[in-house]
Amino acid sequence: MPDTINLTINDKKVTAKAGQTLLQVCREQGLDIPTLCYLEDLFPSGACRMCVVEVEGARGLVPSCAFPASEGQVVHTHSPRARRARKTIVELLLANHPQECLTCVRSENCGLQSLAHDLGVREIPYEGARREHPIDASSVALVRDPEKCILCGRCVRVCEEIQGVSAIDFTRRGFQTVIEPAFGTSLTDTACVNCGQCILVCPTGALREQSELKEVWDAINDPDKIVLVQVAPAIRATIGEEFGMQPGTLVTGKLAAALRRIGFDKIFDTDVAADLTIMEEGSELVQRLTTGNMPLPMITSCSPGWVKYMEHFYPELIDHLSTAKSPHMMLGTLLKTYYAEKNNINPEKIVVVSIMPCTAKKYEVQRPEMNDSGFQDVDFVLTTRETARLIKLAGIKFENLPDEKFDEAFGTASGAAVIFGATGGVMEAALRTAQFMLTQPDGVATEQVTGEMLSKVNFSAVRGLVGVKEAEVDLNGIKLKVAVANGLTNARTLVEQIVAGTSPYQFIEIMGCPGGCIGGGGGPIPTTTEIRKKRIAAIYTEDENLPLRASHDNPIIKELYATYLGKPLGEKSHHLLHTSYTKRGL
Amino acid sequence: MSQTTQNNLMDACCAQCTHCVATPCARYIECRSNGPLCHTDAACTARLEAARRVALHEQAQPIVFFGAGTCGLAGGMSEIIPALHEQLAEKGIEITLKEVGCFGLCHREPMMDVKLPGRPRVCFDAVDVKKAKEIIERYIINDDLPADYSMGYINSADAKTDSPEFKALTNLYDMPLLAKQPRNVLQNCGIIDPNSLPEYVARGGYIALTKALNAGDNGKLVINEVDASGLRGRGGGGFPTARKWSMARAQERKPKYLVCNADEGDPGAFMDRSVLEGDPHRVIEGMMLAALAIGADHGYIYCRAEYPLAIKRLEHSIAVLESIGLLGDNILGSGFSFHMKLKKGAGAFVCGEETALLASIEGKRGMPKVRPPYPVQSGLWGQPTCINNVETFANVPSIVANGGAWFASVGTAKSKGTKVFALTGKIAKGGLVEVPMGMTLREVIFEVGGGILDARPFKAVQIGGPSGGCIPEHLLDTPVDYDNLIQVGAMMGSGGMVVMDDQTCMVDLARFFMEFIRNESCGKCIPCREGTTRMLEILERIVRPYSDEDPTATIQRFKSITALEQLAPVIKDTALCGLGMTAPNPVLATLRYFRDEYEAHVYERKCPAGACRSLLTFTIDAEKCVGCTMCAKNCPANCISGTVKKPHVINNDACLHCGVCLDTCRFGAVVAE
Repeated sequence: MPDTINLTINDKKVTAKAGQTLLQVCREQGLDIPTLCYLEDLFPSGACRMCVVEVEGARGLVPSCAFPASEGQVVHTHSPRARRARKTIVELLLANHPQECLTCVRSENCGLQSLAHDLGVREIPYEGARREHPIDASSVALVRDPEKCILCGRCVRVCEEIQGVSAIDFTRRGFQTVIEPAFGTSLTDTACVNCGQCILVCPTGALREQSELKEVWDAINDPDKIVLVQVAPAIRATIGEEFGMQPGTLVTGKLAAALRRIGFDKIFDTDVAADLTIMEEGSELVQRLTTGNMPLPMITSCSPGWVKYMEHFYPELIDHLSTAKSPHMMLGTLLKTYYAEKNNINPEKIVVVSIMPCTAKKYEVQRPEMNDSGFQDVDFVLTTRETARLIKLAGIKFENLPDEKFDEAFGTASGAAVIFGATGGVMEAALRTAQFMLTQPDGVATEQVTGEMLSKVNFSAVRGLVGVKEAEVDLNGIKLKVAVANGLTNARTLVEQIVAGTSPYQFIEIMGCPGGCIGGGGGPIPTTTEIRKKRIAAIYTEDENLPLRASHDNPIIKELYATYLGKPLGEKSHHLLHTSYTKRGL
Repeated sequence: MSQTTQNNLMDACCAQCTHCVATPCARYIECRSNGPLCHTDAACTARLEAARRVALHEQAQPIVFFGAGTCGLAGGMSEIIPALHEQLAEKGIEITLKEVGCFGLCHREPMMDVKLPGRPRVCFDAVDVKKAKEIIERYIINDDLPADYSMGYINSADAKTDSPEFKALTNLYDMPLLAKQPRNVLQNCGIIDPNSLPEYVARGGYIALTKALNAGDNGKLVINEVDASGLRGRGGGGFPTARKWSMARAQERKPKYLVCNADEGDPGAFMDRSVLEGDPHRVIEGMMLAALAIGADHGYIYCRAEYPLAIKRLEHSIAVLESIGLLGDNILGSGFSFHMKLKKGAGAFVCGEETALLASIEGKRGMPKVRPPYPVQSGLWGQPTCINNVETFANVPSIVANGGAWFASVGTAKSKGTKVFALTGKIAKGGLVEVPMGMTLREVIFEVGGGILDARPFKAVQIGGPSGGCIPEHLLDTPVDYDNLIQVGAMMGSGGMVVMDDQTCMVDLARFFMEFIRNESCGKCIPCREGTTRMLEILERIVRPYSDEDPTATIQRFKSITALEQLAPVIKDTALCGLGMTAPNPVLATLRYFRDEYEAHVYERKCPAGACRSLLTFTIDAEKCVGCTMCAKNCPANCISGTVKKPHVINNDACLHCGVCLDTCRFGAVVAE
């Protein structure tokens, strides 16, 4: 088989690589063929028929997303026949779609809306029945509105193929077809892990986060409340996109400025708590390695979608999960205990809002065990998208804001914390500190980073978008085999090794979403592989530029242990910063 | 109720026969037809010969055959059978009762045949309990042939020429209905007990398999004969079978799968069901030959669960074959292994589409996938898979046994052999027919099918199921083959032929099929899911009664034909699977030949066939009305008024157009226009 193929597209001779689809070839040629159900990296479903093109000699129009380019093909991508077909398909979709664009959460960022616009649909020639389905708002994280669903099936494929959860699928047939959980149950009754990847791929407003904007607004406007906000590592590398900036634009300073202008009482950085997580989780790893009283490999627990996945699909293995809370839960607990005491604030008055790239965090904060402070440790979670809406609601011109800093109490973090936002980041951060801990058994750093140690700061083998990465690291003489997975189907590969008793690793990092938190289900839409790469690059740039690179060097952390917590895994830490899991099953 | 087999043809003649699952004999089947072959023993020869005669129904005891296909059972056979058992027990008569499949004469069911020793087999049609008992009494007990109940006889090798049946009756195969049917696929249907392997083997069954295995060429002979035969896929597409098999054979990945598509779902089609119910071994043997040809060692029959009898008979046949080593490993010692599983479909029409069918076998939702890759490259569980239809497989044993040239001698240049059709609708002699390719539609309908029911005028025939086309009278001389049917806007399809008379409204027909397709769309691709709904809505608008509530209704109705003509080609052009691509056909085909009927509905609000009651205006002819009040009493809208013995009046504003008044009036006073 030759490596290249010659074909004619729109009267132009074109060379393509063997094995490419027509869509790939056309896009390389700069031709914009619209798609709705197409998802890069997944086997084409061919359901929407938007990408149909005319291939001379073929029986009907062919879906370019699935149709292989072949030698001598003559293709017309925008012939009258192809254009009419696409327009008709959009008209058919609109005839069965609620005309709520003006009030839809996805207005101006909707695949269907932009297609209708681009194809010049000015009227809907079909009148008749509309599909009627109730909204499923049962989940604390996600809302499904099947009437806005165009049944492209992207959510189903992501849920099954990327995340291995299959919480939803097509049910019923023909015009009655709907995407819903099995047997018409509610999403909250399924094994849905709330990762929100379905939202990221949904072209319309059929899937969205359960919004808590109103509650947050009310708290800000309540003079009796002290509203403390914390910002996850991934937000600074992503939220700029919501304001038209290029993916990978770091907006840490503008974000702090915006939140201050909205009226939050204090603006904190979850990164500080990420440093704390490393101290606790790193100590736990050292403890597991040295005492053997808990199973290995230890698996990270900061991704709440992943945690719920384990609880549903591998309940017998939950002891492998680190008991350390996720960073924002640690900070939430500390804000209502340590911070409240230190600043003499009645913790009852404190409202903690977490700004997260994650819909699963909305579920996490409502877990009954997350109240070690005596209150719900974190009150509300806003996704990146909701936060952008909040900024717009407050009339703030984001791009014109000056750079400001986080508030001091929890305002300075290490580079290790910043990279928590990307797949492999938690592993790398943990390794930076673990190598130190293995030589400093009390776990508290007493000296500044030495030049010698900096050389071991970058563990690049665990970076990047590969689904499953592994590395063997030498930490001051101790050899550690580690693995990193992003996306739950990839995670399953590593867990199945544990089930089979063949896992060679001592430590595993899992992030539920592809790419890690920068690809989280609460992030900007679109989120593609290319965009993920740019966001990750931004995160690592921030890391490189920070004076502190390892968690144990963070002075805030040192002070926290010295004045309040004692030592990692100490009694107070254990009570406030660690949690337990539930065997849920299916 | 299969015969009590003291002497089963499949059993060993004596201890010298060593054939069993563990030690298979290559000549096992030949031996049953012409044995014993490995030793000479007069007793064994006699024993096998006797068993063969029993299997050929040439036995010393009377046999009663029941048409126990679904049509016969539905026609009343399920009541007749127990009644006869009772009668026989009461009288203490020893006869053999046999269930047979459908003979194809569904309009004459329930059918019951009686064969006395040394006599031809006499067929009695339209029997009921009383008639059946009388036949037993008169014919079997008193040897008094009730010729008036019989439609004819089927000859038998043991029948003596002076038998009274020959004089009193006609040979069934000489009747116009059957004379024009060179039956291959249906040759055993209605004749043999489908549960009896000996009856199939005694008629040449599994000889083709033996021949193919003995050739020792890994199925090359099968491919060559099928290629020479010109056989094309009987599932509808008409793809050359040998070419498909060659592609599957060329695949190097293992395992390969062979799948039989028995998810027959077209309304009015029941060819596959009858074959599976009446002659399951023919299909299984065809599959084994195909498996040998393509190198598959696992096969699935995907049969819709709505065919419980077919499933039962298939399961039975598979179990029997497994028990004697004709299915499983190292079949007949050839080294060829074939394992077969039956998968029941849950009732989705779309699962007849091959990629949806494969998804369903895998336990997934039955939705079609994009092609390429084709199943032959990546099918069941991602492995090379070859799918053929029931009738395609059923054709193969005879092709291999008799040679491809024999098969190719029947038919037209590009469509060889015979095709089974299910003749239904307004046809005088409905049922299953097997006609040579190239016979004209006129011959099929008027000679084989006996013309239109009640001798009404012919209007059209729908071929190829919902996705097929409607052929009008002026094209009745079209020869039935793949290419000619496509030329006239229909397609061969799987073989449903629904005949319509002048009282059938073509708009209503299109609406019926469109509704079927709308309901059966899997919902995956947009043009089919949304487009068929809109087409159906447009058709419903055309036949909807006048309403002054919706001022835009008239405009919409006037636009309806254009709207249909705009939507249909897009659906055809863009749908994902064959079902979707042909979904607009009922509309396109009727519009092509019966546009005037559409226009009458749209512009004149009239249904020329008088079938769309919603468009009729009902009035009462005062001269004929006797004031019996029946219409008023039955009117669900209470819109008929009048006093007893005085002419009644219909209030048209409130009329629902249900036509109950028309149906209830015994004086012809209700006029519908």
